[in-house]
Amino acid sequence: MKSVKPLLEVKNLHTHFFTKAGVVRAVDGVSFDVKPGETIGIVGESGSGKSITAMSILGLIPSPPGKIVDGEINFKGDNLLKKTEKQMRQIRGKEIAMVFQDPMTSLNPVFTVEKQMVETILAHEKVTKKQAQQRAVELLNMVGIPDPKKRLKNYPHEFSGGMRQRVMIAMALSCNPSLLIADEPTTALDVTIQAQILELFKKMQKELDMAIIMITHDLGVVSEVCDRVMVMYAGKPAEFTQTKKLFDNGRHPYTTGLMNSIPKITPNKEKLQPIKGLPPDLRSLPQGCSFAPRCNHVMASCLTNDPTLSEVDDNHFVRCLLYEQSKKAVTT
Amino acid sequence: MIKYISRRLLMLIPVLIGVSILAFSLIHLVPGDPARSILGEKATQSQLEALQEELGLNDPYYVQYGRFLGDILKGNLGESIQSKESIGVELLHKLPATIELAVFAMIVAIIVGVIAGVIAAVKQYSWFDNMSMTAALFGVSMPIFWLGLMMIWLFSVTFDILPPSGRLSTGVELHTITNFYLLDSILTGNWLAFKDSFSHLLMPGLALATIPMAIIARMTRSSMLEVMRQDYIRTANAKGLKKTLIVFQHALKNASLPVLTVIGLQFGLLLGGAVLTETIFSWPGIGRYVYLAVLGRDYPVVQSTILIIAIIFVLVNLITDILYKYLDPRIKFE
Repeated sequence: MKSVKPLLEVKNLHTHFFTKAGVVRAVDGVSFDVKPGETIGIVGESGSGKSITAMSILGLIPSPPGKIVDGEINFKGDNLLKKTEKQMRQIRGKEIAMVFQDPMTSLNPVFTVEKQMVETILAHEKVTKKQAQQRAVELLNMVGIPDPKKRLKNYPHEFSGGMRQRVMIAMALSCNPSLLIADEPTTALDVTIQAQILELFKKMQKELDMAIIMITHDLGVVSEVCDRVMVMYAGKPAEFTQTKKLFDNGRHPYTTGLMNSIPKITPNKEKLQPIKGLPPDLRSLPQGCSFAPRCNHVMASCLTNDPTLSEVDDNHFVRCLLYEQSKKAVTT
Repeated sequence: MIKYISRRLLMLIPVLIGVSILAFSLIHLVPGDPARSILGEKATQSQLEALQEELGLNDPYYVQYGRFLGDILKGNLGESIQSKESIGVELLHKLPATIELAVFAMIVAIIVGVIAGVIAAVKQYSWFDNMSMTAALFGVSMPIFWLGLMMIWLFSVTFDILPPSGRLSTGVELHTITNFYLLDSILTGNWLAFKDSFSHLLMPGLALATIPMAIIARMTRSSMLEVMRQDYIRTANAKGLKKTLIVFQHALKNASLPVLTVIGLQFGLLLGGAVLTETIFSWPGIGRYVYLAVLGRDYPVVQSTILIIAIIFVLVNLITDILYKYLDPRIKFE
């Protein structure tokens, strides 16, 4: 795996928001890579910086107040942060597409699905309107919307939630992107629909050979679709490794805390073990490790020293002082 | 759709009955006597009584109201006490003048107001935003009689580039067909009259446009700010669409609903006759017509014209409601 050239390489990304109440360090030193055709999961609580990481990749951070203050985002070898707005526009929707959390609000209510799909195709491909319409029919068919020709003429409010998310996915796939970012794509859907949509992602990935960044707070989704996972906490990566390794041998106290707070279906009811406390205020992070105030294994040094991401095992990176002894540091 | 429109038109009947009662009572509650205002101060008591009898002013109110309503139902708007002219014929001349003025003012207000509002929203807190919103605040607060007088002083008196009053200069011939002078001059290919009537329209039109323009600009801005935060705008950005397309199609269509409401209301008001503007610029529209009729206690003119204004107002609102459907497909007419 290591020899494959990464499709996307995020290096030491810092995205901060400069507000009147102070600087919000939403993303504060995130590094990861995505190889062609693989699925990376980004997991974390609300406010851990998952979505901001995704928006940074697409260059959609609202500025002001947001600003990418440091780092590199290399896509197919080019640093996206050096691109002009016009160049980014040609990448958005064509090379890197995105599916959002809430299909109810992510489609424009006053335009037909056809218009919204066709305009995406026309923005990136040199085709006629007729060809774009033909392509839209194919796409809707591909994502499993029955009677696509007729449904194209419908408005978003005439679709159910699951069907709308299929439309969103079809729209994202319209220019065969090599990377699809899915920001909590199943969170707003019913459980049965969630499973269908995840299946659809897997099927589409196989057919189109694209990489996926799956942003979620649901470890169930991760185990279902992801090859590797990055666990994020307070704008920083806490752990980054293969999905199997994370589930079998999660090292970071935050990861194990997340695992323990998932309800398990067992005959004798076990008590849930939630992680105590709340995520920190990103405007005034504690000195030392930002997870220290909530950590079950906190040591005196945790309160003063901020750990670095270190490789504790082959391709298994953890940011925790518990593992700092036997490590080689990879980032600062 | 047709069912909805016909039901709305049926609802017009009780509204108009209400308006007719209101118009009738209001004008009769106002002190003053048409006979006295026709004959003047020097008329004798017997002359006054004779004229009052002739005009039917001595009949009980319900008889007078019944007569008014009966005439209306026969399609007869009555005749002016003062001039003895048929009110229907008068309105055929006055109404086009008012509509021409209102349409011109509204076009200016919509174009300038919407564009300023959109730019102000997209560049929130920029110098353009601050400037245009301050100007809009001035626009709504400026008394129109003052603004009108200042414009006349500046453009007619000082620089002498625009005519201060009327619709057409004396000496300019125009063969009227519709009584919309701009339209008539185009239809007859009379470019001299077109230029002349346009120069007459310019000042009252701009004066009349200020308030709706300011309201539209402020409404467009706040509505656009709201819409630009929506998820589907983020989606449009993520699809790699051009900024202009996102702003003027995706955002503006969503933002236009509250703006349309304001436009409908303002347009209805302007069509009802901009009394102040028409008076200042001696614009021969229905606003000035009603104003003069009230001064002369010309009961039939006031009653009938108010009724016509009410019909126009209701129709404009109906058209606004129908337009909603085209802007937002989620709206259903029950």
